[in-house]
Amino acid sequence: MTMWGWVLFACAAAYALKLSGYLLPRSVLDQPFVPSLAGALTVGLLSSLVVSNTVSKGQAVVLDSRLFGLAAAALALKVKAPYIVVVLVGGLATAAGRWAGLP
Amino acid sequence: MPRLNLTPAVRSGLSISAAVGLYGISIGALGVAAGLSVAQTCALSLLMFTGGSQFAFVGVIAGGGTGASALAAATLLGLRNGVYAMQLEAMLRPSARLKPVFAHFTIDESMANATAQSEPDEQKRGFWTAGLGIYLAWNTFTLVGALAGDAMGDPARWGLDGAASAAFLGLLWPRLHGRDPIAIAVVCAAATILFIPLTPPGIPIIIAAAVAAGVWAVQQRTATQ
Repeated sequence: MTMWGWVLFACAAAYALKLSGYLLPRSVLDQPFVPSLAGALTVGLLSSLVVSNTVSKGQAVVLDSRLFGLAAAALALKVKAPYIVVVLVGGLATAAGRWAGLP
Repeated sequence: MPRLNLTPAVRSGLSISAAVGLYGISIGALGVAAGLSVAQTCALSLLMFTGGSQFAFVGVIAGGGTGASALAAATLLGLRNGVYAMQLEAMLRPSARLKPVFAHFTIDESMANATAQSEPDEQKRGFWTAGLGIYLAWNTFTLVGALAGDAMGDPARWGLDGAASAAFLGLLWPRLHGRDPIAIAVVCAAATILFIPLTPPGIPIIIAAAVAAGVWAVQQRTATQ
């Protein structure tokens, strides 16, 4: 298969995965426990995204300037800064660490 | 004249779009460096539109891997989008006609920005602002990166990777009141760190979802006793 073939095949597979979750039968989703479980999954997924975006590099756990970004963002959230400020502070603190020569 | 209503979900969606969209520069530059054409690199952003899978696909090709192994790596990383879709299906209840459209814009950030809101209309606004905003920015900057190549330098130097961590923390934070959600967050964070070295990228997030469901089940049982 040509490279174009593989590119399009991989795109189709990614789309099929995204679509699959929307095809769950409504009868499953109408169970009374679903909202509570969905809330728990949200917290779990967000927590996992925070951690993997902060310390993963491929399959390695790496501690680098992203930790400064996360700590600075936590401080900004603690003082109830607006969301955009939290994101900016996170980026700036990470960049500052790298400018200081840290990984 | 209709006024753009800057609700919290719209604000956070736009902030995420700016930070994450700029990262498209790196997938553009890496795609061309790996030997893909500008059109193939842009096709990945337009049609695959899920950053992790795109980096995996390009990474395998850059390392001299075959198209088949690039496909496998990208697909493994895309599994979590299926979990997100279930979550969004439960919360947003899109009409049958719109499901194929929702599917395309189902990514880490749109799921996160939708599910972090508590009111149904805000959840929908959160999904679309992040989904469409990132789509526009991601594709624009993929093209810029593919054309400019390595001249742009590494976006990590500008701290964009740290901004992504901050963006997800900002969405998690308001949900951390009470013992139960904090327990779920801590256990899922620990499970993620544990499984990063043991499983391919993208899988620890799916494991964390399963762990969250497990902790939730224990909490439900304890609550009814």
